[in-house]
Amino acid sequence: MTVKSYEEINEKIRAGKAVVLTAGEVAEMGRTASPEEIVKKVDVVTTATFGAMCSSGAIINFGHADPPIRMEKIRINGVPAYEGLAAVDTYVGATACNPDKPEYGGAHVIQELLEGKTLELEAWGKGTDCYPRKFIKTTISKETVNEAYLFNPRNAYQNYNVAVNSTKRLIHTYMGTLLPNLRNATYSTSGELSPLLNDPDMRTIGIGTRIFLCGAQGFVVWPGTQYNTAKPVNSLGVPVSNARTLAVIGNLKEMSPEFLRAAYIDKYGTTLFVGIGIPIPVLDEDMARRLSIRDDQIETSVLDYGSPGTPKLGQVTYAMLRSGFITVDGKKVRTAPVASLAKAREIAALLKNWLLAGQFELTRPVEMFPVHATLQSLKETEKEGKP
Amino acid sequence: MIIKRFILNFPPDSGDKPLSYHLVKDYDIRINILKAEVFPGKRGSLLLELQGTASNIEKGIAYLTSQNVEVEPLEKRIRFQEEKCIDCGNCVAVCFAGALTLSAPDWKLQFDKSQCVVCELCVPACPLHLFDINFQ
Ligand code: SF4
Ligand code: SF4
Repeated sequence: MTVKSYEEINEKIRAGKAVVLTAGEVAEMGRTASPEEIVKKVDVVTTATFGAMCSSGAIINFGHADPPIRMEKIRINGVPAYEGLAAVDTYVGATACNPDKPEYGGAHVIQELLEGKTLELEAWGKGTDCYPRKFIKTTISKETVNEAYLFNPRNAYQNYNVAVNSTKRLIHTYMGTLLPNLRNATYSTSGELSPLLNDPDMRTIGIGTRIFLCGAQGFVVWPGTQYNTAKPVNSLGVPVSNARTLAVIGNLKEMSPEFLRAAYIDKYGTTLFVGIGIPIPVLDEDMARRLSIRDDQIETSVLDYGSPGTPKLGQVTYAMLRSGFITVDGKKVRTAPVASLAKAREIAALLKNWLLAGQFELTRPVEMFPVHATLQSLKETEKEGKP
Repeated sequence: MIIKRFILNFPPDSGDKPLSYHLVKDYDIRINILKAEVFPGKRGSLLLELQGTASNIEKGIAYLTSQNVEVEPLEKRIRFQEEKCIDCGNCVAVCFAGALTLSAPDWKLQFDKSQCVVCELCVPACPLHLFDINFQ
């Protein structure tokens, strides 16, 4: 039985001798090769995803003005940024916006900052002895701010449901425009290429894992919010709905707009398309078996976004989704993705090249994620509250 | 010579009249059928591109109208900023005409403009706002 360590694999990467495949390539290989053969031949498998990830944002430090201000209300290009972090630190969330201009949000601020554009900053403070200034209006850019780093509390969902709409009314959701009477179905993960579907029990991904984040090297820093290990799994042990997630971090100044894109989903709001790639070491046969999983072996749930409580209408494989049609309630329904497989493949290929060139090494997680984690829901205690 | 596009809606009983024959023969119009949705015994619709002189096209349209065919000129076209596309598929989800498609092997967006019926659903559906309407 072959077992490899992180150190052995990194040694091979440094020597330019590591065998690296994308998850798509290893899925193909798995049709004919056994897990034992795969672990002997392959050292690292690159996985990737490129999709809208609403729980994303950037931490920015503006630097101090003279005289200084303790910023207690902050607008960047009119978009509200968080004011509760010391004097000149802020967090711009991807979904933040000025309600009068909902199609331009924090995601756009982040993209424009990355592109090197000049943005308008306005900030207000009450004026204190040490921070006497009460207002500042100025411009900022990637060059003028001290730090600008992406810190995304929930990214890279392990699987996600398919969205349909059984009602008679067209609805607008974060899963795209859903036509009435089950006339379309949308889905969002990259299936066999998706990071957390290739390591469903998180054997190799944890705190400290070095990743590809929007074109730069980033890190996994924590389990993502709503991290859930209790979702039902299929016969291969892969969750059949949204389960585990990642919190990630990386230097915005080093990223590329090719892999970070601001978006506005009609009548929903702004969000950020984030590109994530994770290299997974083929440590043993168990990992080889996990990594060679194919679209026809990964299932997900079809949910009705038109009905209260989003009831489940069925379960399909990614191979069915990719075929262009699925069957829901006996009806043939046209499918379309809302996340980019073309971009995800580009990321997996790029990460593979970095590994082959010895520019990227694997990290053994500093700490693994919890084995048991479930979700709480929000209980309503006041029935009288005014909207 | 001009080229114009029209959507034709026929009543159920007009299916077997040789309408296109008359357009070609009597008005010297070249017809390119871009899309046809004809259900036997029901209403049907056609997306046509007509090529001919302006006066002949006008006469041809008058003839069709006299045959109870509703004729709607398509003066708008969808424009698309291809270089910014991320191939996400949000527009494909709403394009029932099949003009926008995304499929194996490369999963890059294909836009077949000749299939577009200018329903405009893709305009708000694209999260990057890459479509707009061009009036001609
Ligand atoms: S206007 Fe309608 S038919 Fe034309 S590309 Fe857009 S969605 Fe498709
Ligand atoms: S929705 Fe916009 S970005 Fe996405 S595939 Fe269509 S045109 Fe490209």
